[in-house]
Amino acid sequence: MIPLTYMMSLSAIIFAIGVAGVIIRRNILVMFMSIELMLNAVNLAFIAIGSRLGSMDGQVIVFFVMTVAAAESAVGLGIIISTFRNRETVHADELTLMRW
Amino acid sequence: MPPFLYIFLGALAIVSALGVIVQRNPIHSLLSLISTLLTIAILFIGENAVVVGFLQIIVYAGAIMILFLFVIWLLNLQVESGPTGHLALKAFGSLGAALLVTELFFLLAPPHLQVKFTQEPAGYGSLASLAGKLFTDYLVAFEVTSLLLLAAVVGSIALARRLPVVVEEPQPRVVEKIAS
Amino acid sequence: MTIELIAGAIKAILMIVLGLNLALFLLYFERKGSALIQDRIGSNRVTITGLGQRMGMPNLGIINTTIADPVKMFTKEDFVPEGADKFLHTLAPFLALFPVMITFVVIPFGDTISISGHRIGLEAANLNAGALYLLATIGLGVYGVALAGWSSNNRWALLGGIRATAQMISYELAMGLAIVSVIMTFGTLNLQEIVRGQGGVWFGFLPRWGIFVQPLAFILLLVAGAAESKRIPFDLPESDSELIQGYFTEYSGGKQAVFMLTDFAEQALLAMLLTTFFLGGWQVPWLMRDGFHLPGGAFLAVPALAVSILGIIAFLAKVVALCTFLGLVRWTLPRFRYDQLMRLGWKGLVPLGLLNVLLTAFVVVATGRVQ
Repeated sequence: MIPLTYMMSLSAIIFAIGVAGVIIRRNILVMFMSIELMLNAVNLAFIAIGSRLGSMDGQVIVFFVMTVAAAESAVGLGIIISTFRNRETVHADELTLMRW
Repeated sequence: MPPFLYIFLGALAIVSALGVIVQRNPIHSLLSLISTLLTIAILFIGENAVVVGFLQIIVYAGAIMILFLFVIWLLNLQVESGPTGHLALKAFGSLGAALLVTELFFLLAPPHLQVKFTQEPAGYGSLASLAGKLFTDYLVAFEVTSLLLLAAVVGSIALARRLPVVVEEPQPRVVEKIAS
Repeated sequence: MTIELIAGAIKAILMIVLGLNLALFLLYFERKGSALIQDRIGSNRVTITGLGQRMGMPNLGIINTTIADPVKMFTKEDFVPEGADKFLHTLAPFLALFPVMITFVVIPFGDTISISGHRIGLEAANLNAGALYLLATIGLGVYGVALAGWSSNNRWALLGGIRATAQMISYELAMGLAIVSVIMTFGTLNLQEIVRGQGGVWFGFLPRWGIFVQPLAFILLLVAGAAESKRIPFDLPESDSELIQGYFTEYSGGKQAVFMLTDFAEQALLAMLLTTFFLGGWQVPWLMRDGFHLPGGAFLAVPALAVSILGIIAFLAKVVALCTFLGLVRWTLPRFRYDQLMRLGWKGLVPLGLLNVLLTAFVVVATGRVQ
């Protein structure tokens, strides 16, 4: 089997790219996609460790993470749509209504 | 899986992930994200998690990303023109991500990392063993997740619908009869 | 190990070539068959140096559709419309073709044969989760259509693309439920095992085909699959009388040929799926490994290689018969309106699919198939 270090570092790199995406990009949809990247990186880590421990728990947890990500995407995109309808923008810098 | 395939898939995943955050056209970002998801699904299958790998393609790349695509269409997002955000933000973000990956590397993936490798039981990653675990050890989580999905369906419809527009009845005009 | 690799590669190439050739045959069948039903002649103008006409034979139009049409399509000018996203516009046809092509490799077209001592199973990839692979690749087929509609910078193409995407994701659900019922009946995700489970007979004469066990799932998969591959009566996305050509309006030349190929290849794929799950795949009725066990007790010994070849011929015959049936449906029925289509998908097929899954679950547990 390929050494665990490889899979964990791949997961860490994709997670960090996701974090960079959330910080750097100001378009809400691209920020959302970066969040999905982070979730996938964590899924990869779960599967890698689960298959080396010989336990199915890793796969079950990935199953639940996938389902919760689906639910969260649906609701999050609904929020983005209704924000767009009210504010006419998806640029995060222009959504400053709650600032002091 | 032969090691060179792992390295190729890993490189492809990293390049696609970079493509998500770098590109200006939101649909190009979406395509890069789909490519990342497919690569990670193949890595799942390579780790003997066959059913979860295919579920990743069916659920994530086949349904959730289409939802993203529909929202991009609905909002009619165009290619972002001009520089977005401050240079300081980009520098800080990249530096922060680099620090994060270094820290994660030393904590989670040090080169001497040893996990006691247990032989995978027969039928590992098959649908039967996944279902066995789901319906015995994780039954409560399973039922709660189905309730969560129901809540998500109702919530997203409630958030994204257009409120019915109230049209006022035009008042009947009183026509004065002009005495002729 | 190496011989399995080579055999696998040969089988994969064979299956993809079979898919492409079926698509070409379907193109010919489309023009001549629809002409027959509509009381006209169809295409019969192109000959090679007038050979047939001079000998008094009527021209069958084969040269027209199999040689002249592809040559015409690939030599037309290949343009990208102004203001369109060039990368997406070029990518979309191949993104549409790719999932269909890679689905052909998991369909079993015969039982195992032995060549010089090696037993080779007659499907290109014996996946233990074959049915899940099918669902995955069917789900990926949406992207080509969606991106073709969006990247054309044409509002009718966009409308066709949106309708196509909504239709495909709605009917994917019904397809998935039908396939899940079949999986529960046969107890395995492996397609070769599902076909093997359809051997044998009941009551001495009825072959154990899936259609006798799951008739509702057959109808569900037929209707949902026809909607998924955008066949008439579900061809609203490319309704020729309303949206010019729907999502591939702005395509010409080779890329349009790729879209047409995808259309016919999806039809062939649907026929192969129906054959595998419901019509017994490569099983010939009453043919076992050693010969014909006819009802009434007669036994006809058949050599092993002939059994395999009979299986392959049976598979091809069933696929061609189903393609003919799908073509007949295409030339007879008018098309659905958009809201009727959506209503059928969500309010008709999905509840029926769920009901079918529930009934199948009851029957499977009651007859003790589950440990």
